[in-house]
Amino acid sequence: MNKLSLFGLLGLVIRRDLLLAMRRRADVLTTLIFFVMVVSLFPLGVGPEPDMLRKMAAGVLWVAALLASMLSLPRMFSADYLDGTLEQMMLAPQSLTMMVLGKIIAHWMLSGLPLVLIAPVLGLQFDMSVQALWVLMLALLLGTPVLSMIGAIGAALTLGLRGGGVLVSLLVLPLCIPVLIFGAGAVEAVNSGMDAISNLSLLGAFLLFALVFTPFVAAQALRISME
Amino acid sequence: MRLAINWFKYSAPSTFYGLAGKLIPFFAWPAAILFAVGLYIGFFVAPTDAVQSEAYRIMFIHVPASILSMFIYLIMAGYAALGLIFKTRLSSMMASALAPTGALFAFISLWTGALWGKPMWGAWWVWDARLTSELILLFLYLGFIALQASIEDPRRADRASALLAIVGSVNVPIIYYSVQWWNTLHQGSTIKFSGTSMHVAMQQSMFTILVACWLYVIAISLARVRSIILERESNTQWVKELAEAK
Repeated sequence: MNKLSLFGLLGLVIRRDLLLAMRRRADVLTTLIFFVMVVSLFPLGVGPEPDMLRKMAAGVLWVAALLASMLSLPRMFSADYLDGTLEQMMLAPQSLTMMVLGKIIAHWMLSGLPLVLIAPVLGLQFDMSVQALWVLMLALLLGTPVLSMIGAIGAALTLGLRGGGVLVSLLVLPLCIPVLIFGAGAVEAVNSGMDAISNLSLLGAFLLFALVFTPFVAAQALRISME
Repeated sequence: MRLAINWFKYSAPSTFYGLAGKLIPFFAWPAAILFAVGLYIGFFVAPTDAVQSEAYRIMFIHVPASILSMFIYLIMAGYAALGLIFKTRLSSMMASALAPTGALFAFISLWTGALWGKPMWGAWWVWDARLTSELILLFLYLGFIALQASIEDPRRADRASALLAIVGSVNVPIIYYSVQWWNTLHQGSTIKFSGTSMHVAMQQSMFTILVACWLYVIAISLARVRSIILERESNTQWVKELAEAK
């Protein structure tokens, strides 16, 4: 175990979190069902005209994805915090940043990836074109990891606080606005006959930027919360 | 190094408490006087605008409030970072003393903006890039205050909110530019302020009120930091010996 490499550690943390989640599948499914429900409520609220639905589809799907990922954030560290695993992780000689990154990736695979996969089906309900659906999926694929990463900072800061669930949304949602803008903007661009590449590139840039900084910041936040 | 020692003397809350108390009148009175002078120039000396008639006068409050709401966030994040890095308690206290004032100015800026927008644009609210980013700035302030309020241990509250403020200030330019691009993608700006040839009296009024707002911010945050010091150090000897605490 002493020779555990950084990426070995990363794989270990991801596998552990996925395994734990598979033992309690209901948690993963609730996020997904929430996403489907929120998206389905919009046509009921604004009316079934296909023209309008097509126009707002990207925005609705993105806002719903944002809310769904907020919903699952408090779970990212809380179980490990309650049973003391998190404390052991901090005492371990291995890099906490890498372990946090592993937890972020696992969180995304459980809460972000299912949304990416189901989004096209929901997009069809909104009468989106095939091309727009592909762009939507690509944008979600680039954007939802950023939501998990920024969310990790909020989840770490609010660890163990009363009313942490609402608080974490209050902290994280404003920071996620750029992702929302360019994610929905990519689909909008395709719909209006433009190239989505600039929006997607910016989302990719956010992803790389967040990948470099957020695990470290979230690890610092955990240290502050665990003192 | 002699200078440095002198300087750090007032980074201890117990010594700063007295200094802040002595400084407040020097900022509060000029602020009040300059407010009065600035508002007088703004309402009675500055001429009526050819395009916007009388309603433009709200600018004398609106512009300084917007400027300060943005500056205060940076200053607050700076203080918070100092507190996080050097573990100076006073810096963290200053950060939490500044936050409500910043949120207040962001709110005033939005409120007066709405009042100005109704006669000018015909709508209380437009999704203009600047309005939107000001609204997001208000959200960031509220997040900072909410996080600080929900953590009971003041040390953890300071450090957690400091981290949030730093992340926020890194994010502010990204948010600002994305909102701007989002706006230009959707629609052009509804109104453009191309008329830079502002009347001298208007400039004077706006500048006077801006300075008054600065002084007000300093005075009010010093007053608030004094309360925070008293609250946090309430079980120390020097607070118990204070005349006003008895």
